[in-house]
Amino acid sequence: MKSIIYAIAILLFLPFVAFAEGPPAVDTGDTAWVLISTAFVFLMTAPGLALFYAGMVRRKNVLGTIMQSFAVLCVVSIQWVLLGYSLAFGPDNWGLIGGLEWVGLSGVGQEPNADYAATIPHQAFMIFQMMFAVITPALITGAFAERMKFSAFIIFTLLWTTIVYDPLAHWVWGVGGWLRELGALDFAGGTVVHISSGAAALATALVVGRRKGYKTDVMMPHNLPLTVLGAGLLWFGWFGFNAGSALGANGLAATAFLVTNTAAAAAALSWMGAEWLHRGKPTMLGLASGLVAGLVAITPAAGFVGPVSSIILGLAAGVVCYAAVSYIKPLLGYDDSLDAFGIHGVGGIWGAIATGLFATTAVNAAGADGLFFGNSELILKQFIAIGASAAYSFLVTFGILKVIDWTVGLRVCDEDELRGLDITQHSESGYSL
Amino acid sequence: MKKVEAIIKPHKLDEVKSVLGELNIEGMTVTEVKGFGRQKGHSEVYRGAEYQVDFLPKIKVEVVTTDDLAAKLAEAIMNAARTGKIGDGKIFISVVEDSIRIRTGEHGSDAL
Repeated sequence: MKSIIYAIAILLFLPFVAFAEGPPAVDTGDTAWVLISTAFVFLMTAPGLALFYAGMVRRKNVLGTIMQSFAVLCVVSIQWVLLGYSLAFGPDNWGLIGGLEWVGLSGVGQEPNADYAATIPHQAFMIFQMMFAVITPALITGAFAERMKFSAFIIFTLLWTTIVYDPLAHWVWGVGGWLRELGALDFAGGTVVHISSGAAALATALVVGRRKGYKTDVMMPHNLPLTVLGAGLLWFGWFGFNAGSALGANGLAATAFLVTNTAAAAAALSWMGAEWLHRGKPTMLGLASGLVAGLVAITPAAGFVGPVSSIILGLAAGVVCYAAVSYIKPLLGYDDSLDAFGIHGVGGIWGAIATGLFATTAVNAAGADGLFFGNSELILKQFIAIGASAAYSFLVTFGILKVIDWTVGLRVCDEDELRGLDITQHSESGYSL
Repeated sequence: MKKVEAIIKPHKLDEVKSVLGELNIEGMTVTEVKGFGRQKGHSEVYRGAEYQVDFLPKIKVEVVTTDDLAAKLAEAIMNAARTGKIGDGKIFISVVEDSIRIRTGEHGSDAL
């Protein structure tokens, strides 16, 4: 008798239950993980990257350098809400850019957007993506450290994030974006974040020019413990960057977390080892630089490769970036002061290639097999993505900088550069002794 | 009165300070300084960029004492600061015309 009542009850309520499942449901575990990951990625810029860079400049520029990262954080946070998110992820136009439908986050609410992340609030996805938009222009500041006028830097940041980052993010991640449609893989932003900022960094180093006294004056890092603290925060934050890009608390997040740590460790050891063999001593700055190179390289691959592949990927990243920084840069003579191109550009390109080599559908069925798993098509798509994003970023950055140079001017005057940005741009000093 | 001025290796400071106590000398001035002598500097490498560091950190100890103690003090500092390697430093002795204790206005060796 009881079972009949249950059966009737179930039949009665079934339509309502089915109806209730109609709109996409928020998963609490996924949402918690993505929000926490967002805070991790926030930490990468401020104070992670800020300190990483600040320790490498001379003491007269320590605050100016830290302030650039924090200012980027503030400027892009506002830009992303008002315009950036819509341009990057809004309804597609010609595969090139998002529309203006989501300007001011209109329609971006607590309901999930199934196109991007079906189990978390749309605003959670949006704020997670904001932290990526924030860190990307902050990475470029390493290329023009110690000589850029603060006003020019603010204008550059606003223009760059709008004209370069937002369309690139749409190409790769936006629904309808042409690189996404092509099938190029970029799990957590190797193309969008690292290749784009790296190519922009190279353009910046070329247009802004060398620091006064480059290669004649002593330009030693003034406080390496700050740099190491920053590197540790970057490593920590990168777990949110890569594992958070699974957009859920799931197995893929665990794999991304694992390969992120593994690749960073491998690259730290290989950079340190290369330096040890080449220069005779292993250095802390080398180890810290290597771990960042490994984190950069694993970024596009994090959700597509297995742990053993990530060791090979990381070992190569450390050596390739070491060579770029200590051989190629001096050879070509540009002053990429804190190696934004040498680590993020070169490491990002290697990571995108490595994704085309090591990706396997055994890790992620939604991904693709790479060259070493019997598919030669993916690597070609990766090269297209690398070429397109690097070329777009380099050329548009070049143009933006030229326009700023002709109008407000890019560099501080020679005397101000000599006295340092802290005093001349901000009237304050990092150290009172 | 004489001033004994010694440039020493930083890690020898404690030993030098303790010989002052043995000679009943009641004050010293210590400064962190940088410089070079016969001991060569060293090079430092940051991401492949090599810099020559010519000025090495040293400690300068200054003690003003009576004429009869100056030679003894110099010898004691010499023994305390010696490692036998290049870079142990130097001692300079010079004549001091007068000294004044600010609190009391005493002059000469009374002010030491």
